[in-house]
Amino acid sequence: MSTYEYRHYPYLRPAELDGAGARRPVVIVGAGLAGPTLALALAERGVASVILDDDDTVSVGSRSICQAKHSLEIWDRFGVAARMVEKGITWEEGEVYLRDKPVFRFNLQPEPGHKFPAFVNLQQYYVEEYLYDRCLAEKAIDLRFRNKVVGVAPYADGVEVEVETPDGRYMLEADWLIACDGVRSAVRHLLGLPFPGEVFNDQFLIADIRLLNELPKERRFWFYPPFHPTNSVLLHRQADDVLRVDFQLGRDADAEEEKKPENVDRRLRQMFGPDARWEHEWTSVYTFTCRMMERFVHGRVVFAGDAAHVVSPFGARGGNAAIADVDNLAWKLALVLQKAAPATLLGTYCGERRAAARENIQNSTRSTDFITPKFAASRVFRDATLALARDFPFARALINSGRLSIPTVQAGSPLDTPDGDADWARGAAPGQAMVDAPIGDGWLIDRLGRDFTVLVFGKGAKPVPGATLVEVGEEKLARERYDARPGTTYLIRPDRYVAARWRRFDPAAVEAAMKRATGNG
Amino acid sequence: MADTMTGALRRTLNLARPDDVYNAIVDAHKDLSDAQCRAFDARLILLLANHVGDEAAIREALAAARQSLEEREP
Repeated sequence: MSTYEYRHYPYLRPAELDGAGARRPVVIVGAGLAGPTLALALAERGVASVILDDDDTVSVGSRSICQAKHSLEIWDRFGVAARMVEKGITWEEGEVYLRDKPVFRFNLQPEPGHKFPAFVNLQQYYVEEYLYDRCLAEKAIDLRFRNKVVGVAPYADGVEVEVETPDGRYMLEADWLIACDGVRSAVRHLLGLPFPGEVFNDQFLIADIRLLNELPKERRFWFYPPFHPTNSVLLHRQADDVLRVDFQLGRDADAEEEKKPENVDRRLRQMFGPDARWEHEWTSVYTFTCRMMERFVHGRVVFAGDAAHVVSPFGARGGNAAIADVDNLAWKLALVLQKAAPATLLGTYCGERRAAARENIQNSTRSTDFITPKFAASRVFRDATLALARDFPFARALINSGRLSIPTVQAGSPLDTPDGDADWARGAAPGQAMVDAPIGDGWLIDRLGRDFTVLVFGKGAKPVPGATLVEVGEEKLARERYDARPGTTYLIRPDRYVAARWRRFDPAAVEAAMKRATGNG
Repeated sequence: MADTMTGALRRTLNLARPDDVYNAIVDAHKDLSDAQCRAFDARLILLLANHVGDEAAIREALAAARQSLEEREP
């Protein structure tokens, strides 16, 4: 380990150890990517929270490195995305190789006019560090290190949490307990809740190295490369000149043997050639599972991120889905706590994010099946696709080395008002994420309100109570992206999904759609 | 199955010279090992599926092939 120095955050003796503390509206378990993001999204809405984390530092290892545009747009609300973009590696292009030849090149954001790029590669420890810095500066967030949850007792309108610290145990009462404690969720285990899914047996070797030679910036994926002829290899560049090399090892590989530095070096030597020099950062052998809880909301206990669903790494759908989860949850939880919406609103968190998790699992499972075919005919079709790709463009589109994370479609949510006007050629339909566009000297995402936004193309709309009004004039890209004509109106939710749209501005229709979108319809 | 069934998959003859096409497909497999036949057929299926382009027809063909395999294995 050389490029990143792990800070140890201070443990502070909780006041509860010296007498009963006050009941908390929200207690969050886990300070990974999801927990701190949720706390910031709640603080933005005036809701205080406690975060309990069992250790005192950030993610050990680079882990979730591809931060997607939609996650950056969320983090930007808290002022941390610029730091991530500055530190990270911006990339939008990727190349797929068969043996030693490139067969397919893709651009994830082929059109300009977005504040954020498709992806920024940044090691998870940096992302967590920036989130922690922001949380520690926020009065409404009480981030507690070395506070381990050892007991959870839900009751009708709250949860009692038992917490272990270096100074002993204490009890904490919460209106809501949000489990963001990862794939091995302690909360899920303590409640004995099942986590059904599929286990994959293929093993992969991650070697994070600091390469002291010239570095490729785009994502590269090889099928059967000369330096690893029986399997696939994925290459990503990260901050600090660190490369992530991900070797598929197969099912029968000996993980301990493969992890030995001399064996890793042998593979890297074949890959980078005789003149390359590198230093090791982190080495890990992993397998993965795809799992999803049957319900994400259990009374007053809510699960988010890897605690609720887990996917294979192909497509960067783990960390990014977790961020989308908590942004979906935060505004609903705030409305319920502020008694502006019924508690049933949280049921739509489960419905919408389970649909998203299903889509993510389906995508990542398809990528996994393409990269590691599970039966003979599957491999025959995979190899046929790769063989055809050189001469037939259609086959390049079938090559699935990971369908990279974009906002999932939350179709059929009871919060959405279905299109009444039928003449939409394109644009974000209800259930889809809003799309950024340049507006004046800035960006549409910077004009959105904290709560609902009414986006109107043209002049003359009146403000609707509880929503920020954004009027768009002649901006070409915005008009195209929203299939706009004069009067076209979109209702955008606080989590930046489209709730409804119309061909003309009608305040009564907007108010009705807002009621529906808050579970008050 | 009756031609009157409405579906995306054509079930009546669509080839002007059916014997020629049938024999062209069979002859293309001549001299191939079983493994090569599989690799060849996979390429052929992908090329034809993309050419057909109609997902409903492709899915119907998949179901029909599977059903024929299960029910009428010669």
